[in-house]
Amino acid sequence: MRARTPAPPPSRRRAAARRQAVLFIAPAFLAYACFVLVPLCMSLFYSTLNWDGIGEWSFAGLSNYVTVLTDDDLLQIIGNAFELVLWFTVVPVCVGLAVASAIRGQMAGRFGTATRTILFLPQVIPLVAAGIAWSWMYDWNGVVNQALVLVGLEDQVRGWLGNFTFALPAVGLIGAWVLLGLCTILLVTGIAKIDGSLYEAAKLDGARPRHEFRFITLPGLRQEIGVCVTVTIIQALSSFDIVYVATSGGPGIETTVPGLEIYRLAFAHRQVGLASALAIVLMILVLVCVLPIQWAVRERK
Amino acid sequence: MKRWIATTPWASRGLILILMALTLLPFLSMLSAALAPSGTYPSGLEWPEAPAWGNFARAWEVANMGALLWSSTLIVLGTVPAAVLFATMAGFGLARLTAGRGRWFYLVFVLGLTLPFEAVITPLYYEILALGLLNTRLAIILPLIGLFMPFSVYWMRAHFLNVPADLSEAAQLDGARRWQEFLLVQVPLARPAIMSLSILLFLWTWNQFLLPVVLVQDPDRRTMAGALGAFQGQWGTDIPLLCAGSLIILAPTVILFLIFQRQFVAALLQVAVKG
Repeated sequence: MRARTPAPPPSRRRAAARRQAVLFIAPAFLAYACFVLVPLCMSLFYSTLNWDGIGEWSFAGLSNYVTVLTDDDLLQIIGNAFELVLWFTVVPVCVGLAVASAIRGQMAGRFGTATRTILFLPQVIPLVAAGIAWSWMYDWNGVVNQALVLVGLEDQVRGWLGNFTFALPAVGLIGAWVLLGLCTILLVTGIAKIDGSLYEAAKLDGARPRHEFRFITLPGLRQEIGVCVTVTIIQALSSFDIVYVATSGGPGIETTVPGLEIYRLAFAHRQVGLASALAIVLMILVLVCVLPIQWAVRERK
Repeated sequence: MKRWIATTPWASRGLILILMALTLLPFLSMLSAALAPSGTYPSGLEWPEAPAWGNFARAWEVANMGALLWSSTLIVLGTVPAAVLFATMAGFGLARLTAGRGRWFYLVFVLGLTLPFEAVITPLYYEILALGLLNTRLAIILPLIGLFMPFSVYWMRAHFLNVPADLSEAAQLDGARRWQEFLLVQVPLARPAIMSLSILLFLWTWNQFLLPVVLVQDPDRRTMAGALGAFQGQWGTDIPLLCAGSLIILAPTVILFLIFQRQFVAALLQVAVKG
């Protein structure tokens, strides 16, 4: 049928093509709408309610948001997430930069493959498994204490995850361990792409290593660093799995993060409104942290 | 390999070796604990005199690993092919629609890229409850397909934008209709992108923890990662058994990773470069 009808004018053909493109997008959009957009709108709606999840609800206006932004415990929990950013982001990026500028070259050959394989392992296993592995490392009888005794620091031996001072850094180091390999490999791959003649020219000009790092390596890795920082910040702010298995948020609320608190408020304490307000705040915090980085990376390209 | 050694000073190679050792240490410490007699309190990193390999058999039994493997496989089979198909179609459609409505659609998808799953988990629970799907595998499969869309669509669109436009025109001149063009020309060309996406979605589905914990009570219907949470709750005090169980649970992805090492690393690196 179609082949025999005369070709429609270009404008109508373009409209038909556009309609067809929309058909191609429809299934993905439907899935996205049903399980992301609709829940997101419901989160916004719930966040204005007083609701225990079962019985009657009543409007609470913005009072849930006021609670999120003024309650001491909730503020501490949000602060914990930002302290995790320090560990999840700064440690892997700094170590990765150090390794990358020390190697400065393709990790080729069998040794390179072995390096990549091993450093990527933490990316492949479930975060829960990483959490369990490390809770055993931090145990009274675990490897960390064993190593401390070995080097003669017996007085530093402690149950790390139960300690009010050290629990959060200990959890942070688990995240750093997970993300270290990814960042290192990314930065090593990135530095290999920087034109080697730049370094040679710098050397001829008598540049010190720290000048090379400051004026060649850092600008050359701008994009890779942006990626590492973005990925790790998102992981830190929305962490749940590691904390859930390693400490369940304890001791006290020392290691509780927003993700875990949302889960608890909604399903254990039956404060659906407050949980949803915290969820919206968390979503906005992630955006506020990530968008400027994305802009900064893109702009000067 | 020779070149690598020749051009790399000892100090930096030492640095890499230390990093590798630190990466492997937690696995070794789990293995050494898993080989201590069940029910005892093992101590640090030490090779036990009589390795209790039986712990693995017992962990397999008490955690019902056979059923778990099957459940995880079903969830992956329900999620990944559908998500990849939808994303490929949408990526193709969006790459063709660069003006007006298309841009709007695309922006809506990109909006979800940084969304933490926790931000929608509460309403998802009530939605799944209303659909009567609580405690079934569909409670994990359906939301995951939706939650994977922003990244997957973004990924496939980036691929299709790089396909030269005249290829698409040539296919049209041949009289091929859009669908035929899509299936016969575009999809085969997109195989590398589709392959990487499938690997990533497989990993993220298999390792998914939050959705199973909230939406599925019965550990046997969860993903393996989700079941590990329940396993820890039940056997958390028996460290050898817990470590043996965790090692079994992380084995499947590690084995697949070692086999398809090249593809996995390429996929994970591409995420970073494109994302």
